Amino acid sequence: MSENTQRNAPKTTEKTTDTRGTGSKPAPVMAATGKHASTPAGTRAVVVAGNRIPFSRAGGPYANASNQDMLTAAIDGLVARTGIAGERLGAVAAGAVIKHSRDFNLTRESVLGSALDHATPAYDVQMACATGMETVSSISNKIRLGQIEAGIAGGVDSSSDAPIAVSEGLRRALLKLQRAKTTMQKIQAFKDIRPADLTPAVPSSGEPRTGLSMGEHQALTTQHWGITREAQDELAAASHQHLAAAYERGFFDDLVTPFKGLTKDNNMRPDSTVEKLGNLNPVFGKKLSGEATMTAGNSTPLTDGASAVLITTDEWASQRGLTPLAEVVDTESAAVDFVTGKEGLLMAPAYAVPRLLARHGLTLQDLDLVEIHEAFASTVLAIMKAWESPEFCKDRLGLDAPLGSIDRSKLNVNGSSLATGHPFAATGGRIVASTAKELAARAKAEGRPQTALISVCAAGGQGVAMLLRSA
Amino acid sequence: MTDTYLDMVNSGLGKQLASKLGLPRPVALRRYRSGRDFPEGAVLVLGRGRAADAAASAMLGWDLDVRRHASDVDRVGAVLIDYTEAQGPADLGGPALELSSALRKLRAGGRVITLSRPAPGIGTGAASGTLPGAEQLAPAQAAARQGVVGLLRSVAQEMRGGVTANGVLVADGVAADAPSVIGAVRFFLSGRSAYVDGQFLTVGDDRGDAGVDWEHPVAGKVAVVTGAARGIGEQVTRTLAASGATVIPVDVPAAGDALSKLANELRVPALQLDVTDPQAGQKILDLVAGRYGRLDLVVHNAGITRDKMLANMDEAKWNSVIAVNIESQLRITETLLSSDKLGPAPRIVCLASTSGVAGNRGQTNYAASKAGVIGAVAATAPLIAAKGGTINAVAPGFIESEMTAKIPAARRQISRRLNSLQQGGTPVDVAQAITFLLSDAAGGVNGQTLRVCGQSMVGA
Repeated sequence: MSENTQRNAPKTTEKTTDTRGTGSKPAPVMAATGKHASTPAGTRAVVVAGNRIPFSRAGGPYANASNQDMLTAAIDGLVARTGIAGERLGAVAAGAVIKHSRDFNLTRESVLGSALDHATPAYDVQMACATGMETVSSISNKIRLGQIEAGIAGGVDSSSDAPIAVSEGLRRALLKLQRAKTTMQKIQAFKDIRPADLTPAVPSSGEPRTGLSMGEHQALTTQHWGITREAQDELAAASHQHLAAAYERGFFDDLVTPFKGLTKDNNMRPDSTVEKLGNLNPVFGKKLSGEATMTAGNSTPLTDGASAVLITTDEWASQRGLTPLAEVVDTESAAVDFVTGKEGLLMAPAYAVPRLLARHGLTLQDLDLVEIHEAFASTVLAIMKAWESPEFCKDRLGLDAPLGSIDRSKLNVNGSSLATGHPFAATGGRIVASTAKELAARAKAEGRPQTALISVCAAGGQGVAMLLRSA
Repeated sequence: MTDTYLDMVNSGLGKQLASKLGLPRPVALRRYRSGRDFPEGAVLVLGRGRAADAAASAMLGWDLDVRRHASDVDRVGAVLIDYTEAQGPADLGGPALELSSALRKLRAGGRVITLSRPAPGIGTGAASGTLPGAEQLAPAQAAARQGVVGLLRSVAQEMRGGVTANGVLVADGVAADAPSVIGAVRFFLSGRSAYVDGQFLTVGDDRGDAGVDWEHPVAGKVAVVTGAARGIGEQVTRTLAASGATVIPVDVPAAGDALSKLANELRVPALQLDVTDPQAGQKILDLVAGRYGRLDLVVHNAGITRDKMLANMDEAKWNSVIAVNIESQLRITETLLSSDKLGPAPRIVCLASTSGVAGNRGQTNYAASKAGVIGAVAATAPLIAAKGGTINAVAPGFIESEMTAKIPAARRQISRRLNSLQQGGTPVDVAQAITFLLSDAAGGVNGQTLRVCGQSMVGA
């Protein structure tokens, strides 16, 4: 990629900023002219409602539920909450990170099993832990382009009902057997099978290119940024306490629908404290030279769950008496080279966020709410530390000054993945729905618009950042 | 939840055996089915008052075979007696004896209905005690009026074959042909009142509309039912929807699974809400008015039991029952009444219980809450009347439901026989009574508690 592009870069950026600038603040003009619906270019994509089933630790009450069961339940709960049973939507986008090969049409099959009009198209998206964020982005963009008026974005994952594949050797032998015509060829195919081939292949969260698990990757990042055990445990305890408080005040009454007898996230420990978390033994980074600080308490557990978010135009919502909660303003993706060890596996949001903020002329301190997905407590802490670091911001982001720090009272205010658990593809929908509701409530209480940043890291060194603004 | 005894005594050998041994022989009740609302056979109208004439005229309008003399007919579907103009006990005998002569012609699923005027004395639901504004009655006239109560309740107990006997009490000053007098007659004739037996419904004013679409008596209304995910609440939601209303089901977040299935089936929004939430009334109004512009009908159905003998009662069990069963109703009703989002004829029905009427061992907390409902309904009546509406309560007796299925088998068998119909009611029976009270046909019925109990011996 050429000098040419690079030389033009500032100009392009400027131009982009301009268009986005008009695109993101259309409300006064549009409201005044009343041309909102007829001008697709100015159409806002607004989050109207969200729903998820309670998240469950793997092997719990959802052990026998498939991805399709859970996604269907999440969609149906959302349809009921908004009273849109029988309606045809423009699109439903969802996905799962761990997926059976038979679920090639997971989302479409879920729609067919749901209360939506079966004439609603659907497609699967897969972007590791950012799957849910990418579906929200995709549906919002379709709405902004005027292609659709309403859609559902979501995601699901089951660590309990994971596909188990046969070994590579057995798979080859079975394929050969299928092609065999004569008895001799069939016998020949069987002869190729070795005893070791009978061991099944279980999916793991290991990175294909490094062979390291996500936890071991994060342990490297944790050590690099010097994130202490205490800081991680504090963040984890806060996550549980915030989530419990949110349940206590009924925050999730219109965000969660029970499933298979579970009414709340069963990973939540309302009485979690730094002291209790301090008693756990480290599980990641034990082979590294320094102190191992990552425990089961400050890392997310394997989780089952599903989420869904209804995103529409203002007009579609108002025709049905639905109140928009927040506008999906913009999204930015990033990816980093973790394979060579140049950057941490889960650090991509550190790059996506500044680009997104710059595009909208915002600073970290302008934000009213910040949601950073807690893959591990140290992921959140490392990203925030990077933004505070003049070296990182200069060398890696090319900024003159560091982005600065985030007021912790604005961070993950209703708890995040450490407490709820993290069913990979379902996390984006969970965060977007909860944040949209919180934004709407705060905007109403404070009488001024509120802006939120959402950041989600993903396997493969990727990350997605999103801006939401109270509707 | 199936009543195996009822099935047994209605088939072959079981039928003969029950007959020989003199065992109770409950029959399958004549319940409402679309297009089959009335009992089979003629309707015999006895008595000569203006109420009789008005009812007869209305029934002719419903294409019923109306007769004025018992000797005229062979097959009687219903007998309606007008006692509204009775002046003394001597006036009771004539029609009563004519009824006697017609009873053998009364078909299964038939009806006996009295029309009379209330008097202080024996309690009939919330119409007990001295009626405010009632003129001083001559003792003989009061005796005749209360005499009707004793007569009707005894008749109800003597009936078999699913025949019920109920009365309409037309308050003094209310026209004999007031819309709700006709409405109440229609309800008692209908299969919608199958499990209402030995009861009186007081028509307190001339409001109401006897011209409603009887197949869809709540057509076009926007309704909310609390505790709608399961049991009676679910059935009330379904029956109201089938009767023409748009019904928004409400239940606690923990019941959201079943609630969302029901909502999606009925194509309405589900509201996950704890009725004890201080903001519950406002949240209901926000959703319903935001969505449909107004709220017409509310059924306060959400309720819990935390049974313990008083000696073993603790604070949590007592308080939670009071909070859910009565305090939430009071708070939500108050919010609704101070709102400008109610429709022109708002109607509320509250779930009481025969336990609230008669008391029940092990249910001090529950009975206190349910009796509280009856009191609150009577006191709220004038407040909602000022807004053009009505509030009433329904007190179910033994209803076949998940709740009663938990009662030990032997006790359950006895409990469900202890009424004139010798069987438990179904959630549909409760739902139908509620639907009637929410219809404009019942616009003149206000502050009343209607028992749906098959004339339970308990608290009669």
